[in-house]
Amino acid sequence: MTNSIDEIEYTNAIFAIGTNTTENHPVISSKVKRAVRLHGAKLIVADPREIDMVKYAAIWLRQKPGTDVALLNGMMNVIISEGLYAKEYVEERTEGFDAMKKIVEKYTPAYAEKITGVPADDIRTAARIYAKAGKAAILYTMGITQHITGTDNVKSCANLAMLCGYLGIEGGGVDPLRGQNNVQGACDMGALPVVFTGYQPVANDETRSKFEKAWGVALPPKPGLTIVETLNAAHDGKVKALFVVGENPMLSDPDLTHVKEALNHLDLLVVQDILLSETAELAHVVLPAACFAEKEGTFSNTERRVQRVRKALDAPGQAKADWEIICELSTHMGYPMKYAAPEDIMKEINRLTPSYAGITYERLEKEGIQWPCPNADHPGTKYLHKDRFTRGLGLFHALDYIPPAEVPDAAYPFVMTTGRVLYQYHTGTMSRLSKGITERCPESLVEIHPNDAKKLGIQEGQFAKVTSRRGVVQAKAKVTERVPKGTIFMNFHFKEAAVNLLTNPALDPTCKIPEYKVCAVKVEAA
Amino acid sequence: MEIKKISLTIDGKEIQAIPGQTILEVARANGIYIPTLCQYAGTTNVGACRVCVVDVAGARTLVASCCMPINAGMVIKTDTPAVRAAQRLVVELLWASGDHNCLTCEANGVCELQSLVYWLQIEKPRFNIESPGYEIEETNTMIQRDLNKCVLCGRCIRACNEIQVNEVLDFAGRGFRTKVGPAFDADYIDSECVFCGECVDSCPVGALTFKQAKFQGRPWEIKKVKTTCTYCGVGCQLDLNIHNGKLVKVTGNHEYGQPNEGRLCVKGRFGLDFVQHPNRLTTPLIRKNGELKEASWDEAYEFIAKKLASIKKKHGADSIAGFSSARVTNEENYLFQKFMRAVIGTNNVDHCARL
Repeated sequence: MTNSIDEIEYTNAIFAIGTNTTENHPVISSKVKRAVRLHGAKLIVADPREIDMVKYAAIWLRQKPGTDVALLNGMMNVIISEGLYAKEYVEERTEGFDAMKKIVEKYTPAYAEKITGVPADDIRTAARIYAKAGKAAILYTMGITQHITGTDNVKSCANLAMLCGYLGIEGGGVDPLRGQNNVQGACDMGALPVVFTGYQPVANDETRSKFEKAWGVALPPKPGLTIVETLNAAHDGKVKALFVVGENPMLSDPDLTHVKEALNHLDLLVVQDILLSETAELAHVVLPAACFAEKEGTFSNTERRVQRVRKALDAPGQAKADWEIICELSTHMGYPMKYAAPEDIMKEINRLTPSYAGITYERLEKEGIQWPCPNADHPGTKYLHKDRFTRGLGLFHALDYIPPAEVPDAAYPFVMTTGRVLYQYHTGTMSRLSKGITERCPESLVEIHPNDAKKLGIQEGQFAKVTSRRGVVQAKAKVTERVPKGTIFMNFHFKEAAVNLLTNPALDPTCKIPEYKVCAVKVEAA
Repeated sequence: MEIKKISLTIDGKEIQAIPGQTILEVARANGIYIPTLCQYAGTTNVGACRVCVVDVAGARTLVASCCMPINAGMVIKTDTPAVRAAQRLVVELLWASGDHNCLTCEANGVCELQSLVYWLQIEKPRFNIESPGYEIEETNTMIQRDLNKCVLCGRCIRACNEIQVNEVLDFAGRGFRTKVGPAFDADYIDSECVFCGECVDSCPVGALTFKQAKFQGRPWEIKKVKTTCTYCGVGCQLDLNIHNGKLVKVTGNHEYGQPNEGRLCVKGRFGLDFVQHPNRLTTPLIRKNGELKEASWDEAYEFIAKKLASIKKKHGADSIAGFSSARVTNEENYLFQKFMRAVIGTNNVDHCARL
């Protein structure tokens, strides 16, 4: 997030696009709802499904899945043509406006309506609410990113915010709400194929030599493979060994049949986890890890706030904290890693990571600190890009709409979109073990529109068979107008209805995210 | 801009305060205790319970200090016989209209009604105790509702509507038959309730309790460990309530501030059964003859180290890849990428940020 969670409550308008906030980030949704109910903020929701947030919205834009760039361009077209944009800000703080403007000219509300299905007048209304707010926040999640145009979608959100001067101000911002407790931290810590900690590129000689000096070894300059690329390489026999810590690609990755084949090709699969996940079941070695309640450390949340994790319980049996396991294995392999406690590891992170330099356990004892925090006296950073962007001038991107990789046709006439539900979490490894949660949400449901259900002869609660070019799953139907006609929604929490048997592994060319939000399927009564 | 303070007197003490503050706020800020029950931080002051009454010179009646804004020159007394008599009457009526059995109550020790009874030195209520005789709601595993203990303070309603804005709870009925609940008098499990548990955290008595925590430890035995939730990216600060090496329940704390100000959701609150689930992995496993078999740590390390070394030798470091985890700590992610880069010698390290 460029800005902070608390700012959402006190801003004038909120544009929530591709985020089912009440279910995926319930506590942030409370801030949005308080902004609307208590402080009179206006909420714009853009989502193909009639999610609960719609109840609180001033206007709801029901775009067809995968048409976000067209929708955002349509809004910008209105803002530019009606002269509602922040001219001074655009002049002083950005570049690339003219090229963007030229592309956006084509996206009149009428043209955008043709692509997105959102009435032209609604596009106008939403654009005006956002542009006239004075300050407004854009919230998004995987509904924006999990497309082959994920990067374009994010850039379009940034375009819109810059156009109105809403970046670098309190109450503004482009705020991705991150879906996992420490996904921000994993990125910050360099668990990415192209960067060390704090996004310092591995390909940069100076950076690499800094880490080489600190770690006392020569380091490889060649960027590595992303998850989906790794699995493809394993499938092709190029990757022979895979070490998986706390992940479950056997449910979370697209096209599971392919994933299983890839994992079966490996000479060595090590899985380090707290439970025997579907992936661990295929492993050659499984290492038992302590869970969050059994160790010390830090997580970084979606607003870049580094917070303490504290030990409340002993780990079961011989299970050990992940950091202890990595240290011991490394030492076993001839590279001694000795740390008395996670605090010592953080001290090493402080030394090597400018944005984390001032974040110490002593300071975290009282409250979390938001990076960048360059030194021990720095209070942390509530919102980014104040007065100047990280790269200097904010760069507008001129982006055209590109349709999803797989669109419905005669053989697979439905769009399937996927996501989470409130009660379960990701691949269900943890949440499904809870009694209360299971009581509320015991099984996977396929959301299908009443008209479609009637045509197909599917009753509420009856099993539906969903087939894509890659696989087939069955789950009970939930007949509801929450989904638009011609679109079904499924979650990916249940191995019994593993929706990623169906999903399309087509990737965004830049960030290699799979297109989970759109694939073509056939639906039948089972 | 400097705000001009006004002066007033509470219990003979001259006090400077900011206009717009309530009598209760000013008293608290100056270390003067006024008991409360329905007042709940972060929600509207409703003045429903009348426990916080004080004597204001010139006022027609005793006034509810939680709702009354201060005026310049106000003379307030918090401890007069009339004030105490009124407070006793209120508390005795609340006591008498419910089934308050501290022997088995989960709120024993943290119950605000119990504290008021003790503080006001009430031996027993002057009225007959008449419990409304509601059935205890046990239709879900997460939240137990015993409306016989409900004092109708409305804190849960405001917590639901104002703190979480879930808009599920409200008052229904009239007079002695007034009750709190979801629409159509439904049980929680049959309502739109999303089980965030905010109502339970807000309940001053034992009407709303965490069902799985029943008989698992009394408030003074429980140790609270502040930590960060392990589910989504909001990073809610929460208290793990531990007794006898067991996770009993999860509670929020409004004083922890950002990012969640005490709010939790159903997953952080009720989704932690996995922590002490029998399915947890407790020993390393190595596949032998197609099956995963228990092994020692040394055997596991030896197996992995040998295999990785031989694969690296034969196919190069880039034939090895690692998936780190968005679930483990910063320190662990740091070490894992260091391990892949410095020990294995590859940048093939990623995690599930894209999934």
